[in-house]
Amino acid sequence: MKQAYVELRDINKTFGDFRASDHVSFSIQKGKLIGLLGPSGSGKTTILRILAGLETADSGEIYIDGRKVNNIPASKRGIGFVFQSYALFRYKTVFDNIAFGLKIQKWQKADIKTRVEELIELVGLKGMEKRYPNQLSGGQRQRVAFARALATQPQLLLLDEPFAAIDAKVRTELRSWLRELISTVGITSIFVTHDQDEAIEVADEIIITNHGRIEQIGTPMEIYLKPTNAFTAQFIGRPTIIENISRFRGFEQAPDHLKAVLRPECISVRKKQEKHKKYEASLEEGAVEQVSFRGSDIELKIRVKGSLVTAFRQIGEPEITEGEKVDLFFYRMYVLDGDNAYTITNQALTVEESVYRI
Amino acid sequence: MGSITKTGKKKTKSVIPGFGLSFGITMAILSLVVIIPLCSLIVFSSQLSFHEFIETVTRPRVLSSYRVSILTALAASAVNAVMGLILAWVLVRYDFPGKRIMDGLIELPFALPTAVAGISLTHLTVEDGWVGSFFGKFGIRVAYTKFGIIIALVFIGIPFVVRSVQPVLEKVEKEYEEAASMLGASRFRIFFEVIFPEIFPALIAGFTMAFARSIGEYGSVVFIAGNTPYETEITPLMIMSELQEFDYASATSIALVMLLIAFLILFVNAVIQSYTSKIVSGIE
Amino acid sequence: MKIRNNQGPLKWFFIGISAVFLFIMLILPLIYVLVTGLKKGISVYLAAVTDEYALKAVGLTIEATIISVIVNTVFGLFAAWTITKFRFRGKKIISTLIDLPLTISPIIAGLIYVLTFGRQSFLYPFLHEHGIDIIFAVPGIVLATIFVTFPFISRELIPVLTAQGTDEEEAAALMGAGGFRIFREVTFPHIKWAFLYGIVLCTARAMGEFGAVSVLSGHLRGKTNTMPLYIELLYQGYDFTGAFAVSSILVIMALLILILRNLLEHRGKSEN
Repeated sequence: MKQAYVELRDINKTFGDFRASDHVSFSIQKGKLIGLLGPSGSGKTTILRILAGLETADSGEIYIDGRKVNNIPASKRGIGFVFQSYALFRYKTVFDNIAFGLKIQKWQKADIKTRVEELIELVGLKGMEKRYPNQLSGGQRQRVAFARALATQPQLLLLDEPFAAIDAKVRTELRSWLRELISTVGITSIFVTHDQDEAIEVADEIIITNHGRIEQIGTPMEIYLKPTNAFTAQFIGRPTIIENISRFRGFEQAPDHLKAVLRPECISVRKKQEKHKKYEASLEEGAVEQVSFRGSDIELKIRVKGSLVTAFRQIGEPEITEGEKVDLFFYRMYVLDGDNAYTITNQALTVEESVYRI
Repeated sequence: MGSITKTGKKKTKSVIPGFGLSFGITMAILSLVVIIPLCSLIVFSSQLSFHEFIETVTRPRVLSSYRVSILTALAASAVNAVMGLILAWVLVRYDFPGKRIMDGLIELPFALPTAVAGISLTHLTVEDGWVGSFFGKFGIRVAYTKFGIIIALVFIGIPFVVRSVQPVLEKVEKEYEEAASMLGASRFRIFFEVIFPEIFPALIAGFTMAFARSIGEYGSVVFIAGNTPYETEITPLMIMSELQEFDYASATSIALVMLLIAFLILFVNAVIQSYTSKIVSGIE
Repeated sequence: MKIRNNQGPLKWFFIGISAVFLFIMLILPLIYVLVTGLKKGISVYLAAVTDEYALKAVGLTIEATIISVIVNTVFGLFAAWTITKFRFRGKKIISTLIDLPLTISPIIAGLIYVLTFGRQSFLYPFLHEHGIDIIFAVPGIVLATIFVTFPFISRELIPVLTAQGTDEEEAAALMGAGGFRIFREVTFPHIKWAFLYGIVLCTARAMGEFGAVSVLSGHLRGKTNTMPLYIELLYQGYDFTGAFAVSSILVIMALLILILRNLLEHRGKSEN
């Protein structure tokens, strides 16, 4: 196993009565892009700030590159930090913002100029050197914040909600830009987000936080497909919770009175006249209560055995109307068993199929 | 709840450097200017005999000075609350020539030394003064009466209310009023039911500050009051005359009563502020 | 929907009331001071304001004002920085203590200094032995002036710094910048106008303070008389022309301060 580049061991932190970090431990490999994902107040920003040295943990150890950094001041940890608000110096130009860290490190004037120009080129802000932060758009400010954080060539880049302050449309664009930039620079990075799409799309690995605890760590695929605890199962995707799952066909083997999370992509909806040879025996009948057009697909709210579930249907498929009776097939559910969660696949599916089909 | 969680002693270290130095300088100057003198007041007060204290602060002349101070300060602050509200309204809602000058003038009482204001207001309001002669026609005397004290206190208190209400009034959303008028509310109704509750805490805060300032005011009042015992003697003047006779025990006793009144006012204000902010934020 | 700019008679009624009120309460006293000061002719006016004792009073007022502005500037900057950029216990108590001079009567302010440095104080034997006179002397006047203007600068700075947050300072600290550098390069540009504004307010109040200074001054003509005290002296000696002539200097100062204040506020607003 590769040596961990960043490691937190049993970190605890309270603010008054509020437990912001509760026995937090994890490690990160060099060069990875990690997403810290959780609802607001779940302690993700605290972890980032402790790592940066902006907060002091009550207990626990922090290692960066094999070196214990608990007592090393924030400025000596070799970290670049991008604040949620970007914290650009409002009274300094773009150039001076980026050059600030270099000036502190007493670089030669000519070297500073070369380095800053290089960074401005890298983040695509050529020609804006003399502007002040409030003369820039949100996306441009973020780029300045990146350049400033990267200027002194840190070994670790920390980003607090990097896209929160940006319009939805520009956000998607910036996500892929950030991903590319980080892989170009090749810097180990951790970013905090409350937006699961963002984490899944951008991160190599996701750490799920909740109530100051780490719930699950894994690749986006693992987090999405194999939630190991109740929180993750209910947090990721668009979950509908259904009660007593053993009453549904194909899930009779489940223990009595268990709840489970059912996601829209795990449901196949067919009109009555559509043929489905294979799973005939495991179909459930449901009544469509609501049909909403969502642009890329159609969202259906369907009442089945008393439970209301959400399902999607492609635009091109035969139209389903409100009040129509339809056949449903559930591929899989995430069973909530106390704090744990596990996956149950419909018995009608062969082993092979369950691999290919979500 | 068996275990006691220890959150008491915790080092809250900030990354921003310089806490020790700036905290040290702050505390050093604060101690010299405020804390040590305040302590000496406390030490000196603790040496007063309780009997003498009561005897001093309930002397008839002192008692009537409380009445004069409180009544005139209340009256002046009430005038200021009304006029301050009108001024703030005019400055925020209307456009008219000379508005900037009017806005700039509001702070004149902060800038003009109180003694200058005092002698000038006195001369204006004596019986043959520019203003006094006008009131004289109706048989009203201004200078050397409680009315005169109130005039001086209105002068020094007016900026407090205006500057407290003005920013809040600026922030009252136009949409609020538009929504109310869409619902068919009359202009008066909009003001009293939509706008007034919004600015009420600021109005009270301004009133309180004006009142606290008025009750302790000396410079502008001492000239216009005439200082007739039992009639126009204010409490700060009582303290002053005890000091001039080097009777520090009596001066301190009366000062303690005044401080008590001042803190009471601030406390009432704090209660009103927290009560109204609870309504706005909806927290029980 | 034009509920804001109603041009009705109500508008002019309110503007009228405001204008009359301000004219009588604020402008008339100013005019009166200037008119009365000049009533007996320019030569009497000049004689009054260039009187030896008048000039000494001006000198002492300037001295006390400058010292208290300096002390309060140093205090205001450090206190505002400490309170807004760090978390620590007792912050609320400190803020309350800083604002305390605003709610205390100037007479009581004077009294507590008399108690601290006067004959009955435990400090008195020490002060007496070293020949240090504080009360009824210039140091007392300066201290009283510092006290009554104490919160003026920090109170202007704290709201601005609170609104600005600590992100920029943290960012600079993460890059290794020292405290002084962060203050100078990152924090100070934010508070520049509020700071100057605070100084103006502090100056205005310092040169005009009467009550507290009156308690601590020995009322010695030419020694411990500031301008407001000197005006009182002239006034009580029925030298009204002299009193108003000297007052006119303070009126002109007040007007200058108001103009300066408005310019600063305007600059501050237009920069944001």
